[in-house]
Amino acid sequence: MAIITMPALSPTMTEGKLAKWLVKKGDEVRSGDVIAEIETDKAVMEVEALDDGVVASIVVAEGTQAITVGAVIAEILEEGGVSELGKTPPTVESKNPAAEAPPLPIPTPEKQMPETTTSTAPNIGKNTNRVFASPLARRVAADKGVDLNSITGSGPRGRIILADIDQAPKSGIKTPSAMMEGAESTEYENTQMRMIIAERLQQSKRDAPHFYLNMDINIDAMLAARQSLNNHAPEGVKISVNDMIIKAAAVALMRVPAANASWEGAITRRWHHADIAVAVSIEGGLVTPIIRRAEEKGLNAISTEMADLAARARTGKLQPEEYNGGSFTISNLGMFGITSFSAVINPPQGAILAIGAGEARAVVRDGVLVAATMMTATMSCDHRVVDGAVGAEWLKAFKDVIENPVLALA
Amino acid sequence: MPEKTYDIAVIGGGPGGYVAAIRASQLGLKAVVIERENLGGICLNWGCIPTKALLRSAEVKHLIDHAEDFGITVSGAVKVDLIKVVERSRKVAAQLSGGISHLMKKNKIDVMMASASLGAVSAKGRQINLDNGDSITAKHVILATGAKARDLPGIAPDGNRIVTYRDAMTPKEMPAELIVVGSGAIGIEFASFYADMGVMVTVLEAMERILPAEDDEISEIAEKLFVKRGIIIHKGVKLGGVKVGKSGVTADVEIGGKKQTLNADRMILAVGITANTDGIGLEGTKIVFDRGHVVTDGAMRTAEAGIYAIGDMTGAPWLAHKASHEGIIAVEHIVAERAGKHDTAQGITKTDIPGCTYCRPQVASVGLSEKAAIAAGHDVKVGRMPFLANGKAIALGDVDGMIKTIFDAKSGALLGAHMIGPEVTELIQGYVIAKKLETTEEDLMHTIFPHPTLSEAMHESVLDAFDKAIHF
Repeated sequence: MAIITMPALSPTMTEGKLAKWLVKKGDEVRSGDVIAEIETDKAVMEVEALDDGVVASIVVAEGTQAITVGAVIAEILEEGGVSELGKTPPTVESKNPAAEAPPLPIPTPEKQMPETTTSTAPNIGKNTNRVFASPLARRVAADKGVDLNSITGSGPRGRIILADIDQAPKSGIKTPSAMMEGAESTEYENTQMRMIIAERLQQSKRDAPHFYLNMDINIDAMLAARQSLNNHAPEGVKISVNDMIIKAAAVALMRVPAANASWEGAITRRWHHADIAVAVSIEGGLVTPIIRRAEEKGLNAISTEMADLAARARTGKLQPEEYNGGSFTISNLGMFGITSFSAVINPPQGAILAIGAGEARAVVRDGVLVAATMMTATMSCDHRVVDGAVGAEWLKAFKDVIENPVLALA
Repeated sequence: MPEKTYDIAVIGGGPGGYVAAIRASQLGLKAVVIERENLGGICLNWGCIPTKALLRSAEVKHLIDHAEDFGITVSGAVKVDLIKVVERSRKVAAQLSGGISHLMKKNKIDVMMASASLGAVSAKGRQINLDNGDSITAKHVILATGAKARDLPGIAPDGNRIVTYRDAMTPKEMPAELIVVGSGAIGIEFASFYADMGVMVTVLEAMERILPAEDDEISEIAEKLFVKRGIIIHKGVKLGGVKVGKSGVTADVEIGGKKQTLNADRMILAVGITANTDGIGLEGTKIVFDRGHVVTDGAMRTAEAGIYAIGDMTGAPWLAHKASHEGIIAVEHIVAERAGKHDTAQGITKTDIPGCTYCRPQVASVGLSEKAAIAAGHDVKVGRMPFLANGKAIALGDVDGMIKTIFDAKSGALLGAHMIGPEVTELIQGYVIAKKLETTEEDLMHTIFPHPTLSEAMHESVLDAFDKAIHF
């Protein structure tokens, strides 16, 4: 059923004349049928039915002048439909679009086009720091070594146009090629992935006030549990230390939900599940595939899923939904022998956990120097959303699970 | 009756003036349009629009004449009913002029049908005197009086044998032979119309090529195609005396140093225009003129405070769309100034204004010609795509012409685009947008043009400029 209103046939049209009805009450119409002719100051145009149905009533008589745009002119009802004329229109339920908007993606390698010479800037989704500039302005700025961020655009809505570049001060700005004069080097065009990594991490370091928490964790119990699990694992499953860390982080996030949060400007979002993004190094950059609802999954499942995601990440076969979003990120450089490091938060997430290598260290236990397998975990927190105490509480919970793996069963 | 006062008085109701008035009304200003003859001005009543209607009739005749090429046999004589052709043209103009009246009414703009002259300035604003005895006062004035056909010394149009555009578009009978003086857009459109209607047309051009405002190559192709149609073209012509006799006109001309005499039934003068600046009270003002045109700044302000000027009276290109846009710039500047914002409008970039000529085949262009681009110091890359290699053009049976694009080799800036061929007047806007948005060749190359269309030739021309053409 549909109420037919006076259409605006041009952006400036405010009223029109109903020149002619091509249907009468009771006529059957099909979607796309011309039902009336509207005359404006310039032309006669046709009005089409949008739905199939029967003309239930003709509200405005043929020849009526100066009908305001939007005024009801007729009603078409489908079979058995009830007239809506005279009723109040239904209210539109508002929906929070942000609730469905995933955080910014890091793309799969499929999205980059290293073999082309495209200089198009990356499309950074909802990044508010995007610079609007004409393609010509971008190219000339790049040639001149002018930083677009330093320029105020004079085009529509502040868009940077060529004239703005021409007027930009050149003093003090050296082009990279000028600085490199005489030195041997090779230029590589930055890929789309590199540009996005640069943009997002720069944004993160610029906008998110990072602070860092370190904790040394004894992983002997975890390694023993892993051994035991692998002894009983189904064919083809080999649980890694990293899988154990994912699970422990998921359990810790359930215990300290305040750390499972994102900073989204006007709101802070607390996630209900531990969707753990894991940084995977690939040729030319990295991607962060996500183990969703890791708190609900057993280690066999996490291990199988992670192996699959990592393998497909390296061949560029991830689907966007597999790396878009996530509530928390783990970055593990232990396999490179790194003792500890501080990672950059993956916005809009509130925290990232950096894992160093497990190694035998001398520790004091009950007043005695003993050897233990230790690992240093460093948590980077966005202070806007995760305060020091929350971060510390989370790291403590994480340590508890690693040192008492049985807690993962709780 | 107390004298009426307005925020803005627009003198002249052509495409510059009426558009300015609508914009003023949209921005909440009380506006009046003072028009001495027809709302819509020359463009709508005696220019762009009625000539397009005539040329459409010529196109229909051309198609019928060539119906056999498309497998259609037309039996019986194809007859041009000139009275009806002209009548249709006048009807089209009248319909649109009526539309302007409605627009004025809808936007609550007063329209006064009178000639206007600037009067004294008082605290309330500028007085404007009308030739019907009334007067009004307005805080701001926009002059939009347009232009009229330029005369050649010693050749007086008589409205019969020697005519200008207005009589040229309302012929009562077809001349057997016609001389068109001037090969700019107006002259060439008339030449094309009359030639298609079966008239023997001779074009006289003082310059060394026809359509002198276009790129050299386009002029050359246009000339070849016109000559093929049987139009006689003389370039580098010095026009001496023109005598009107009983049976027609006789023109003494010097072509390439040789004196000759040309005879025809009629002569159309299309040798440019001069600004309408007389009798509107500009004498006592500080307004500055340059070769007959009113000088303005980027915001369309004249040297006299409170007075703006737009459109043909401010100089070339003499195009309706330029006038309309200048009208909007002027009004928006007035509004900004009233709000205390002293921004300096950048004005129109002339190389962003497209020009269209509706001869057969059509001609359209924007930006610099190849010569002008090189003269401006650009290292250029030039692309060309003939319609001969375009599928849609072949299907239309309309393959004459080409698209030429000129880029700055270093920055990839689109400097100019020049087209001759089927429907190019509708195509040119693609390049106009590209130019306005400052796209580079890369954006154009990665733009997906629909197949099969004439616009694919636009794409190919860009590709060709960088040696990447696919279909040619």
